[in-house]
This record gives sequence, structure tokens and C-alpha cells, in this order.
Amino acid sequence: MKNKKMFFMIPYLLWIILFVILPILLILWYSFTDSSNTFTLKNYVEFFRNGTFLKMMLNSFWYAFLITFLTLIISYPAAYFLTKMKNQQLWLLLIILPTWINLLLKAYAFIGILGNDGLVNKFLRLFGIGPVNILFTDFAFIFVATYIEIPFMILPIFNAIKEINPAVIQASEDLGASKWQTFRYVLWPLSRPGVESGVQAIFIPSLSLFMLTRLIGGNRVITLGTAIEEYFMTTMNWNMGATIGVVLIVLMVIVMLITSRKARRKKVDL
Amino acid sequence: MRNRHLVARIYLTFILILLYVPIFYLIYFSFSSGKNMNKFEHFTLAHYQTLFQDNRLLAIFLETILLALLSSLIATIIGTFGAIAIAAMKKESNKKTTLALNNVLMVSPDVIIGASFLIFFTALGIGLNFGSVLLSHIAFSIPIVVLMVLPRINEMDMSLIDAARDLGANSWQVFSDVLIPVIMPGIFSGLFMALTYSLDDFAVTFFVTGNGFSTLSVEIYSRARQGIDLEINALSTVMFLFVLLLVGIYYFITTKKGRKKNHRVMGGWVK
Amino acid sequence: MKKVIAAITAILIACAGLWGLAHHLEKSATGGNKQSLIIYNWGDYLDPQLIKKFEKQTGYHVVYETFDSNEAMYTKIKQGGTAYDVTIPSEYMVTKMRKAHLLDRLDQRQIPNMKYIGKSFLHKSFDQNNDYSVPYFWGTLGIVYNDKFIKKGSIKTWNDLWRKKYRHQILLVDSARDAMGMALVSLGYSMNTSSSIKLHLAQTKLNSLGPNIKAIISDEMKMYLVQNEAAIGVTWSGEAHEMMEQNPHLHYVVPKQGSNLWFDNFVIPKTVQNKKAALKFINFMLEPKNAAQNAEYVGYATPNIAAQKLLPKKVSDNRQFYPAQSTLKNLQVFKDLGPKKMQEYNDLFLEFKMYAR
Repeated sequence: MKNKKMFFMIPYLLWIILFVILPILLILWYSFTDSSNTFTLKNYVEFFRNGTFLKMMLNSFWYAFLITFLTLIISYPAAYFLTKMKNQQLWLLLIILPTWINLLLKAYAFIGILGNDGLVNKFLRLFGIGPVNILFTDFAFIFVATYIEIPFMILPIFNAIKEINPAVIQASEDLGASKWQTFRYVLWPLSRPGVESGVQAIFIPSLSLFMLTRLIGGNRVITLGTAIEEYFMTTMNWNMGATIGVVLIVLMVIVMLITSRKARRKKVDL
Repeated sequence: MRNRHLVARIYLTFILILLYVPIFYLIYFSFSSGKNMNKFEHFTLAHYQTLFQDNRLLAIFLETILLALLSSLIATIIGTFGAIAIAAMKKESNKKTTLALNNVLMVSPDVIIGASFLIFFTALGIGLNFGSVLLSHIAFSIPIVVLMVLPRINEMDMSLIDAARDLGANSWQVFSDVLIPVIMPGIFSGLFMALTYSLDDFAVTFFVTGNGFSTLSVEIYSRARQGIDLEINALSTVMFLFVLLLVGIYYFITTKKGRKKNHRVMGGWVK
Repeated sequence: MKKVIAAITAILIACAGLWGLAHHLEKSATGGNKQSLIIYNWGDYLDPQLIKKFEKQTGYHVVYETFDSNEAMYTKIKQGGTAYDVTIPSEYMVTKMRKAHLLDRLDQRQIPNMKYIGKSFLHKSFDQNNDYSVPYFWGTLGIVYNDKFIKKGSIKTWNDLWRKKYRHQILLVDSARDAMGMALVSLGYSMNTSSSIKLHLAQTKLNSLGPNIKAIISDEMKMYLVQNEAAIGVTWSGEAHEMMEQNPHLHYVVPKQGSNLWFDNFVIPKTVQNKKAALKFINFMLEPKNAAQNAEYVGYATPNIAAQKLLPKKVSDNRQFYPAQSTLKNLQVFKDLGPKKMQEYNDLFLEFKMYAR
């Protein structure tokens, strides 16, 4: 029996060692060395002393937050309304379908749509509003990113709301709760798990949308992803790139620890 | 109540229009004889002609699918084994550590995965080509498979295994005739997710690919950086029809089955 | 279990089928079992007709892959795992690649057409004996503007770009050396400055251009300027040439203060797989007729004297692209500044990009 267990274990363990532990160690190693492979703390000193990096970091988190927030605002009502529809399967399918079209194709479409002679400006011209600069702005970047993430937010929320027993909502209404109260004290808390997994599915990828900062942001928006990509692929300064990566990983771990502790405390309260 | 439904319908229609406008915009201009996406000149199929003569792009299209199928298959096998191994762990702390390590790749941004794999391949002297991309895709698909399969094992009634043993089944029989059939839905949704991850990926591939191999995403990215090329529009029409066909088949099958079984099949589609 | 095995087999069969089909397509793209030649070049920097002609003449199959900055190309080649036979770096990158032992020595006997290259383009400081490189094109860095939005003749110097009224109108080329170089010249420094203080000053100056910048991009700049999406672009002469052919409102200026004079060169990187084909290709491209055809297509100035004679007068006399001596003497050629300094340029430029707004 022992052998059997090993047989299942080995490929998976090998994967953990080779593709999880080793890359982390390597990225750490790079962040603590310079181009001649000697140990140094220079990269970190540079990172924290030079205001641009911190600013860029804050900026990326801010953008990621905005994208997630906007997506949530647009998606929550959509998910809620979906649960009320008759042909749910069909509607759901229609919402999922665009996610299967390659992300880069959609980004590419927006190059045409947001241009000075593109769809949006043609539409605005009908109202006599002259060509507005949209392409290569922060707005364009956030808009396109939100567009891409919407379906990924709708689905988990839809599933969460779907699981709520309609009787609970009925009860709340029967007890005289206003619509807002029903939402605030019944619907929202019960759909929280869906919102949380949606937020998680969007916030993290939003940090690495370097293709969008290039194509839609025209390099006017630089996020962590763009910076790491530049350091690795263009300037060949892997050490600095790795340093940014490590800082990001540490931040994520801290965030996860905080949120999981909170979750635990909640459970105790109940 | 009627009223509410109307609002719901309007809002959802609005969302759908938003989601589909870019796609139809691409498709519309794929028939234009012009050079850009600003003005529709004349109707033409010329871009489709170029597309179907562009063997390189077609080969990349096929290789992207090949990569997705192969990587998700291998990831599903390794991931399922991993889930079985984790479930069999006696010590709670071991279980927790393994799961934490499993989730590292789930919560890391793509660029970091890509960058660290690039360092990894360079350190080991592995060339950047189909092999490195395949390895990366397998690597980032494994954790999701584990997460899909593990709950099924945990939910499983352990007495089933004991019963099988009492009936004289050997380990292999227990594995193949009892365990696998029970966790099958988990394995399938794992495979499906792995497939989606692989097809969807751009950032990781971008880091770990060298010359001679490229996936559709990477190729479109490099073409889009040259400016607008209506051949890409033609490609998106083809892809849209392809997806439509797949989804149509899927819908047909599930609604037929769905009448007998439960309706929650779609839940597995969540990313 | 049987079902599982059946499913696995089905997927494997599908994979095999896909692989076979993809292989077949690639093969027909490569024209059977022919040997191939992999060219790693800037985007749209070679007349595709000439590739077809070369394939027909020699029977090799040509694979054309592109990069959009010297640095990106260097990274890919240094990284390894690639198999490029010919690539086309600029002069300072030739030095850098040579120092990094990434270049293969050229056997000049295999390139008899070298004789057509003008003397003034050979034996440059970046490759004294042309042991490693053969000149491909040369050109300048300058400003393209659209007279629909900007009065003709109102932009003459780099400093004109800093005018407040050009807010959000400039497309800047995504290249550290060029962007920093432009700022350096506008301050009156050399484009090869290695003083950190001057470099920081240049970065500050570049930062103050931030509000005027619409985007920092590379190849796609052509499309945007042609479509009147932006009024001003900072880019290379040949790019400008191509845009101007498609949009008569565009004009190209090489600022009098000085600018960059660059030479792009054929080299054979160490990653070469098919050296014979690479040399044949270089020689083929130096053939006056081919060089002239290529120059007309690409729009950059050719160092090939025999080819220059074949070009229409309108092209070879165009001062915008074959500048007069008086302009030429103010132009500066990039020198390789060593990895440390280059890092500094790159980092400063990246910081500027993070900061630019």
C-alpha cells in the first residue's frame, strides 16, 4: 500500500518541487543578487528609496481595485437579474460565449473602436460632440479591462445567488423589510462567497494586464505587470524584475493572511 | 412584478450588447476592402482568402488547440493523482502545507508565473520552444485540477472503499472501479478548466516561448503591435463561428440530458 | 475505467491528428523538405517580394520573425533557445553583441557584392574591418507632423515639442536610447553622454514632456499617424517615409540642433543554423537591383551606391531622407556605452514611462 501511495505522490510532488518551490527560490535568488551574481541588497534599497517604484505599485493596486470595483457594480445586478430569468441556460451561455474569444482579439477590436474615427467617436458625433481622445488614456485601459472581466464576475455571483433559498428572501419581505434592507441584510451576506471568489478571480489578473497597457494604454499606464515584463524582456535587468516580483508576492501573502484571519474570526463569532 | 422583469430584461440586454459589440465590430470590418476599422469601403472576402492561404497562422491555430488538449490531459492526470495523494494524507498539517503550496500558482499574477518559469528554464538550460510552453501550461493547470477533484474525494463515502475491499477487490480494482467513477465529474470539470486556462493564456506563454513556436494569443499580440490588419478580423470571425459551433453542440447535449438530470451543469463554467 | 481510457485515447488521437495537420501546414508553408533560413528583423523592414524572389532563386525557405527594439532582439538572442540565421541590429548593438560574443565572423569572400557599398559606410568605428557586419540601411531620427493640425514649418527643433499647445498630441518611439538621446540633444549634450548627472537632467526634461505625450509605442505609430490619430510623432526616417506615402499631410523634420544618425547592419548571430544560406541571403540583398527595390519599399536610405543610382531621382534627391552635408555634420552616431550605462539609460527611460503623465 505504501508503494501505491508513492505512485500517486511522485508526479505531483515533483511538480510542487520543480514548478512551485524552485521558481520561488530562483526569483528570490535573483532579487538578492546583481548582474555579476554577487549577493546584494541593492535592488531592495533601490526599490524602496526610489519613489517611482512605490508610486507605480500603488498605482497598479489602485487600477486593479478600480477595475474590480467597476466590474462588481456592473455584474452584481446582472447576476441577480439572471436568476430571475426564464431561459437561464441560454442567457448564461450568451454571457460565457465572449470569454471564449481570445482576449487579445477583443483588445485589438478596441484599438478600432476607441480611435478618433472609431465607433465611439462616430456615435458622439451624432450629438455634435467633437472627437474625444479616448485611446491611450487611463479611462480606455480601465474600460477595456472591465469589459474583459465582466463575465468572470457574473458567473460566481450568479451561482451564489442561485443557491440562496428563495424562501429566505420571501420571509424577509413578509417580515416587512424594505428592498434595501432585504438586499443589505439577506441577499448581500448570503451572496458574499460568490462576490469574494469573483473579486479574487479579477483582482489578481488585473495586476498583470501588460498587453492592455501596451495596446490600449499606449505605455501611458504602467502597472506592475508592465514593469516586470519590461525588466525581463526588454532591459534584461532580471534582478530588478525579480525584486518587484518578490515584493508583489509578499504583499499578496500578507493580504491573504489578513483576510483568512478575518474569516476565521467570523466563524468564531457565529 | 412584471415591471421588475422588464428592468431585468433591459439591463441584461444592455450587458449582452456591451459584450458583443467589439466582436461584431471585428466581424463587420473583416468584410471591408479598406485598410482600417474606421470606414467600411466595399464588401470583399479578400481577407478570408489571405487568411486561408496563411499556412503559418493556420498552423499556429492548430498548435494552440493541440497544446491545450495535451497540456490539460497531462495536468488532469497529475492533478488527479495529487488530489488522491492529498486526500490520503494522515497528518492534517501535511495536508495543509501541500494545499498551500498547491495554491501558490493559483494566486500568483500571470507575469510572475511567467517570469519565474523563464528564470527556471534558463537556469536548467531548457530551450524555449514548444516543450517549455507545454511544461508551463501543464504546471499552471495542475492546481485547478486538484481543487476540482479534491472536494469529490472528500465527499466520497469511504465505506464504499471498505465494502469493495471486503468483497475482495485488490487496490487496482478499488482505484479503477470505485474511486475513479465516483470522482469522475470532478476530473471532467478539472480537465475542462485546464483547457480553458491553456486556451486563455497569454502572459505566461509570452515569457516562455522562443522562436519557432507561438500560440494564437502571442501571434495576435505581435501582429496587433504592427497596427490594424484586417486578416486578424477575418480570423476572429472564424474563431467566433468555431466557438459558436462548440457551444451549440454543448447546449444541445446538456439541454437534452438536463431534462432528466439536474440543471446545475453550468456551475462548472466558473473560472 | 474503460471510459476514462477511451477518453484519454481520444484526446491523444486528436492531438496526433492536430500535430500531423499543423506539421503538414508548416511544411507546405516551408515548401517541403527545403532547408530554411530564419531572419530576425524589425517589423516591415524588408520587401516581402524579395523574400519570394530569394526563395525561388535558391530554393531555401525563409522564415521572417520580427522584433521592435534592439534591446528586445538582444535579449532574445542572448537568452538562447533560438535559431536565428540573420538579424539586423543598429551600430551600437553590433558593438554590444560583438563584446558579448554573440556574433559570427563573416566570410567576406562569400559576399562579393560588398563592393557596391559606399566607402563612407564601411570601416566604421563600431566594426573597423566589417568583420561582423554589412551595412543594410541608414537613416535619422526626427519629427513627423501633420499639417492638418500644425502649421507647416512651425516645428524645427526638438524644443518645439515642449510647447504647451501640443498637449496630448505626441507619439514617442518606445526606445530608450532614442528618447533619452532626444532629450539630451535638446539640452545641448551629446547623445552618448555617460555622465549620470546629465542623464538625470535629461530624464527630468523628458518628464516635463509627459503632458504632451499621447503614447509611447513602436511599429503601430505608422498606422496612427496615417489615420490622423495624433499630430506629431518622434520616429525614424524610413517610418516617416512610409507614412508620408500614405498621408500627404505628413512632413518629416530632422532638427538642426542635431539628431541620431544610425546604421542598421546585417549580422550573423552565434545562434546560426544555416550559415551558407545566411551568407547567400546577405549577398542577394546587396545586389544593386534588389537593394534598390528594397530601398523603395522600405523607404530608408541605402548605403549601396550602385542601388542609389537605380532609384528614381525624386527619392535619391530627397533631402528629408538623404540629408545634405550641412545636416549630416550635426548628426551623432550611437556608441556602445557598456552594459552598466545601458542599464542606466534603460532604467531611467522605464522610470520616465512609469512617471509620464
